[in-house]
Amino acid sequence: MEVIRSQKRTVSNDVVSTPTLPLYLTAPPMEVRLEEFELFAIDRLRVLKGVSDGLARGRNPNEMDDLVETLWKEHMRLSDVSEMINKDIISHFVLRLVYCRSDELKKWFLSMETALFRHRFRLKKIEEQRAIVGEFGLPYKAVIGAELESLKERLGLVARSLGQILSDVENIYYKVPFEEVPDLVAGRRVLLQKGYAFVAGSQLVSLVVTQFRSHLSKALILTNRKWTTTIREREKDRLTPIVEALSTSYLGPDYTQSNEYADISLKDIDQVSKSSFPLCMRHLFEKLREDHHLKHGGRMQLGLFLKGVGLKLDDALAFWREEFTKKVGSERFDKEYAYAIRHNYGKEGKRTDYTPYACSKIITSAPGAGDHHGCPYRHFSEDNLKAALSRMGLSSRGMEDVMDKVRNKHYQLACTLTFEAVYGTSCDTGINHPNQYFEESQKILKSKTPTAPV
Amino acid sequence: MTREETETSGEDMMIDDPKPKIENDFNVHYLRIYYGNLFPYTDIHKWLSYGHDGKHPGCDEYYFGRREFSFTLENDVYLRYKSFKNASLMEAAIKSNFPYKIDIGAVYSVDPDKRHAYAQSGTNLFTPVERELVFDIDITDYDDVRYCCSGADVCSKCWPLMTVAIKVIDTSLREDFGFKHILWVFSGRRGVHCWVCDAKARRLTNEQRSAVAEYFRVYKGNENNAKKVDLMGHSLHPFLARSYVDFLKSFFEGELQATQSIFSSKEKYEKILGMITDEDIQADLRGKWENSARSSLSEEATSLLRWEQLKKALQSKRNKALSLRTCVEEIVFTFTYPRIDLEVSKQMNHLLKAPFCVHPKTGRVCVPIDPNNCDEFDPLAVPTLSQLIEEINSGGLRMDVDDDDSDSSLLGKSIKFFRSSFLEPLLKSCKEEIESSYKTKIAKTKDSFSW
Repeated sequence: MEVIRSQKRTVSNDVVSTPTLPLYLTAPPMEVRLEEFELFAIDRLRVLKGVSDGLARGRNPNEMDDLVETLWKEHMRLSDVSEMINKDIISHFVLRLVYCRSDELKKWFLSMETALFRHRFRLKKIEEQRAIVGEFGLPYKAVIGAELESLKERLGLVARSLGQILSDVENIYYKVPFEEVPDLVAGRRVLLQKGYAFVAGSQLVSLVVTQFRSHLSKALILTNRKWTTTIREREKDRLTPIVEALSTSYLGPDYTQSNEYADISLKDIDQVSKSSFPLCMRHLFEKLREDHHLKHGGRMQLGLFLKGVGLKLDDALAFWREEFTKKVGSERFDKEYAYAIRHNYGKEGKRTDYTPYACSKIITSAPGAGDHHGCPYRHFSEDNLKAALSRMGLSSRGMEDVMDKVRNKHYQLACTLTFEAVYGTSCDTGINHPNQYFEESQKILKSKTPTAPV
Repeated sequence: MTREETETSGEDMMIDDPKPKIENDFNVHYLRIYYGNLFPYTDIHKWLSYGHDGKHPGCDEYYFGRREFSFTLENDVYLRYKSFKNASLMEAAIKSNFPYKIDIGAVYSVDPDKRHAYAQSGTNLFTPVERELVFDIDITDYDDVRYCCSGADVCSKCWPLMTVAIKVIDTSLREDFGFKHILWVFSGRRGVHCWVCDAKARRLTNEQRSAVAEYFRVYKGNENNAKKVDLMGHSLHPFLARSYVDFLKSFFEGELQATQSIFSSKEKYEKILGMITDEDIQADLRGKWENSARSSLSEEATSLLRWEQLKKALQSKRNKALSLRTCVEEIVFTFTYPRIDLEVSKQMNHLLKAPFCVHPKTGRVCVPIDPNNCDEFDPLAVPTLSQLIEEINSGGLRMDVDDDDSDSSLLGKSIKFFRSSFLEPLLKSCKEEIESSYKTKIAKTKDSFSW
């Protein structure tokens, strides 16, 4: 791609023949106007930010399909189809430059672009989908004849186990090494035999998305190398300032630095846990006080939350030590647990200052035997959740609203409703981070009683 | 030589009594003897070299040296990122440190010892490159379904849970995933570890490992939810169906009832009733069982009878609610299906205890388990450190495991099994792979010269 200042742009012939869902395998030879460089990228960023919001709010796949369709129409649509494809491709490659520059940026971009691709793919018709599979050059053939016959019964079992009725449309299965479709394997959505997965036509999206992500991930590493070795210096008067400005604007606050609302001290912590903690953290806190112990997942989730809330490292060590020594003794605490706490604060190992978990991460975690982390709206049984909510002070009417959201798997909306019921106010932005819940709560409480600790 | 050492009170002796008192204890002195004479250094080195012994031009002679080991010493001193260029250096390091525990980590892109030299800003050049696919099953994760022991204890009544777990996972690894080189090891006290060593397995990414672990995951429980296995009323995936039919059902209806009597007391059966989503059925069964509390049947017979009653009650209402259709299977799965520790399997850099270590709390050696004969494995009959020492003392033999009659020694049996059923087939396949990838490489370079 060549960035130029001229008014007209020469359209490459390649553009017209690519399908409507580009794979971004290579940067096509095009010329891009400088204004478009920035504007196209900003529009795409709006789409990606919308995708990020949708995922954070726990939207299910069908809702995400609709959301992506709306976002794309709103920000990326142009009257001329080939112009639209150009914008698509140009904006993607510009954002690659912007988001290749650190691990955190890469991770965000990779997730969002993959999600965007996934839902755009799902919106395509089956013939177009198959064509895209071909574009990737994947060598997988359909299973036919005697092999298909021998598998038919078990393939039927798989479909039934997913609640599907095996219709004739699903006569096409691709034999694929299981490594290529990790999400289908994880969900037991495919039959496995001797290292191969049998992927139905309707599951092609998994196959393709894995390829897409893997390719983009490698490409970002190469782009980063090119950026740091040549491009950044060469473009320091032209593109570099634009690129550097683009990345800071669109990621939400990550709560690694606590603000003035949120410095808490140990003596207030019990009170604050009852007044301002979201349910997930309150549960962990209560269990910690009760059992004088938490397993690893709980220590991470609560520990990082407390860091984001403003608990200093020394206070944190004192806090955990106070509880754990009641059960394991102070020597064991020093040996086995203190290191991990300092690690969370970036004082050990590779010195990463870890960010407190957002709701999306907590919701997708997998608490097992003896664990108390995760999202109560998702992981608790109805009875336990209702009991916990009533301890938070919800009325039975309020609880019904919340339970209704839970049954529809809108866990963050459930938490938002809880927030609104507890503090008697509305929360338009929705809760997508426990530390956000805490800060909003503190704002409200402090505005009511400005001097007393709440 | 060893006889003398145990008879005199050396400066570093932990035993008060100067006479050789054989206790079922773990102590540094015995550990020294173990690592001095019994630990199979050559076998471990051969295994972890995966055929890169330098004899073939396609070998990577630095492969073994890029593997991370970690030592846990006395006083919980923890040494990570240890690496060794060859077997003798590894042996020397172990013999000078006498670690209480040796962990095996991943093979990295560069020598773990030298990782700081390669650290650069932004990109991390020190990354794991290969690592076995590993699983860790610990019986404490089953505490909510075993009534004979809890916590660190294990006995002949609950160990069969591990046996069933091995069978289910081993079958699936071979049949579903196509893996062949699988090593099962006793963890020394209350669980088992599994090392899948095929080349494909060693090269799996974290995401792929996670996918395999999730494929095996059924139990999603803690004290916050009553129903910890939810099969969602649909028919079972073929993997679960096969596990149920081949292993779980018969274990549940047979051995488990005999050893755990899961219906025999109110507290026990209430737990099971809580898994049935239909309150009428719950009440019906509860009524029956409360009334028969003083029956003259044995605990086992009572349990079996009540199980039959439960199945019948569910059968009659099968079509009324989706959730009832798989209720029977859900109960069986809750009590018998393997519970793996997901975190151990998901990341390449996770360390796992090496086979043939000695467990500090029990003194038992972490010996391999034969998955084809795992019913015969008895964790309470595994050789302990003191038994091994006594064997040396009484035989006066130098435990040379290359002896033909090594089969008769306590540890020799395990080592022989390790070699014949795991190491030899593995090395054969590694050699083939090294040869063939070498040939391909040569062919490619020939092509590139042909312009």
